[in-house]
Amino acid sequence: MKTRRRPALRALFYVGLSLLAIPFVFPTWWMITSSFKPIGEIFAFPPTLWPQHPTIQPYVDAFTEQPFLLQYWNSMYIAVVVTAATMLFSAMAGYAFARIRFPGVNALFLVVLVGLLVPSEVTIVPLFQIFNQLGLVNTHWPLLLVTTFGAPSVLATFIMRQYFVTLPVELEEAARLDGLGRAAIWWRIAMPLAKASLGAVAIFTFLHTWNLYLEPTVYLQSPELFTLPQALTRYTDAYGGQMWNVQLAAATMTAVPVLVVFVLAQRQFVEGLAQTGLKG
Amino acid sequence: MTDTLERETVTTGRSGRSGRAADRSAARVTRRRRRSLSGNDNLVGYLFVAPQVLGIVAFVLLPLVLIVYYSFHEWNVLANTFRFVGTENVERLFSDPKVAPVLGATGIFSVGLVIGNLSIALLLAVLLNRKARAITLFRTLFFSPVVVSLVAWTIVWGFLLQDDGGINGLLQLVGVEGPNWLREGPTAMLSVIVVQVFKNVGLNMILFLSALQGVPKEITEAAAIDGAGPFRTFGRITLPLISPMILLTTIITIVGSLQVFAQIAVLTQGGPGISTTVLVYYLFQQAFEFHRFGYGSTLALVLFVIVLILTVVQWQLRKRWVHYEN
Repeated sequence: MKTRRRPALRALFYVGLSLLAIPFVFPTWWMITSSFKPIGEIFAFPPTLWPQHPTIQPYVDAFTEQPFLLQYWNSMYIAVVVTAATMLFSAMAGYAFARIRFPGVNALFLVVLVGLLVPSEVTIVPLFQIFNQLGLVNTHWPLLLVTTFGAPSVLATFIMRQYFVTLPVELEEAARLDGLGRAAIWWRIAMPLAKASLGAVAIFTFLHTWNLYLEPTVYLQSPELFTLPQALTRYTDAYGGQMWNVQLAAATMTAVPVLVVFVLAQRQFVEGLAQTGLKG
Repeated sequence: MTDTLERETVTTGRSGRSGRAADRSAARVTRRRRRSLSGNDNLVGYLFVAPQVLGIVAFVLLPLVLIVYYSFHEWNVLANTFRFVGTENVERLFSDPKVAPVLGATGIFSVGLVIGNLSIALLLAVLLNRKARAITLFRTLFFSPVVVSLVAWTIVWGFLLQDDGGINGLLQLVGVEGPNWLREGPTAMLSVIVVQVFKNVGLNMILFLSALQGVPKEITEAAAIDGAGPFRTFGRITLPLISPMILLTTIITIVGSLQVFAQIAVLTQGGPGISTTVLVYYLFQQAFEFHRFGYGSTLALVLFVIVLILTVVQWQLRKRWVHYEN
């Protein structure tokens, strides 16, 4: 309000905000522009804010140094499968915990609450041993199973339950009079109303799975099975030195698509996450 | 059970098709359906929670029990030895000269992160809590690192923080000789904290914004009319009103800070020395680099106990300190 009255103060306010924004925006800018620089320019002094001799060679190298396309596919399909499965299972469990009074419901919900207390880093040693016994180390199964049923999905179940608790009873009563069974009420009445919460669950599950680093590092050994975060750290030359511009090109290809989706759907992103935080 | 379910489905299907017939004897049908539905309800309830509950039992609770069991054993995967050693791993925890510095580094990282993250998030939320087209743009900018892939974000910061990297290049332009950020003790820890702060401030900023928007305008305006300045109004009115959100974000941020792994692995590998070796990174090294699964499990148990204590503290504080709206 004050700023509206005094234009000079208002200008100062926006200059201040812009300065504050530098550490948030500059790294992404630097990642994208540096990925188009030839290796000789990458540590140039004075630093060049815009590539002087732009080249797409780093992007070509990113695909030839490692099976990057395959790694991209690995990350993508794992994140999509885990996100879809988490949405389904957390909506089912969340609905049942919120709306159905079956015997033992409280004891079973306690299991979920205990699950909420255990960070996935705590259980990584025994889980590795279990998957080792099953012969599933160096496959994608540990990533798919642990992420779908472990820590992030527990939070998702909690969020879905918090939403379904607020659903008016009258809606379900009306649906029952119309002859719908429980499963049909869930699918046809409750689910369409839960879109915002499902969206929030989808966003944070996708981001979580897309960013997984400890689990792939522990479970995967073959480059063809690597996920993106793991692959990004493996661009090294014959002497073990980091190939910075290739690494930054791969990093750009990893980060920019998600960033574009975010800019296009930012209202859903931000509101969904705010809602999650409020309710969780 | 299955029989009841099938009959119920059939009845539902039929009455769905001939709704008018059901209308005529609505009361009777409803009574019958209510009764059969409660039996069906139980079955649906169990089926609906089954995947999630069984998944938690298999992939969270069973492993949790196993780390206690493994803690009492010496287990070297390479040598293929597994034997009961009683409390030897717990004793090692107290005699291991690295444990104290590791817990210290974990504490410094968590405290630094919480202070940096929450103060910047609150500042930004207060600055951005107004309506203007440009404000929406700034919210997007401050939030954007949250959706940038974590390892990509860490790699570009690692690149900027190299001895001959972008930050020292910019410093040199103004005549300052920057340190080798990631290779010197104090600046390495500082760098890791700063990288993580800017990554996730946007998330807490959004949570604070939604809390600020929940503060009723009448109250702050009344305070202004009573002669309270903007800082006094903020300290006495707004801050207490958003205290539940501050508590929530504090706990989320601390628990999140205890789980940091990728940033350390990419930026410093725990170095220089072990100055940035936090608990999760040390656990990873012991278990998967030195193949000590028994001792690794004991360290995991320590991590779990710390998270458990924090959660209990949160619940206790929630009862006592936080303002409630009724």
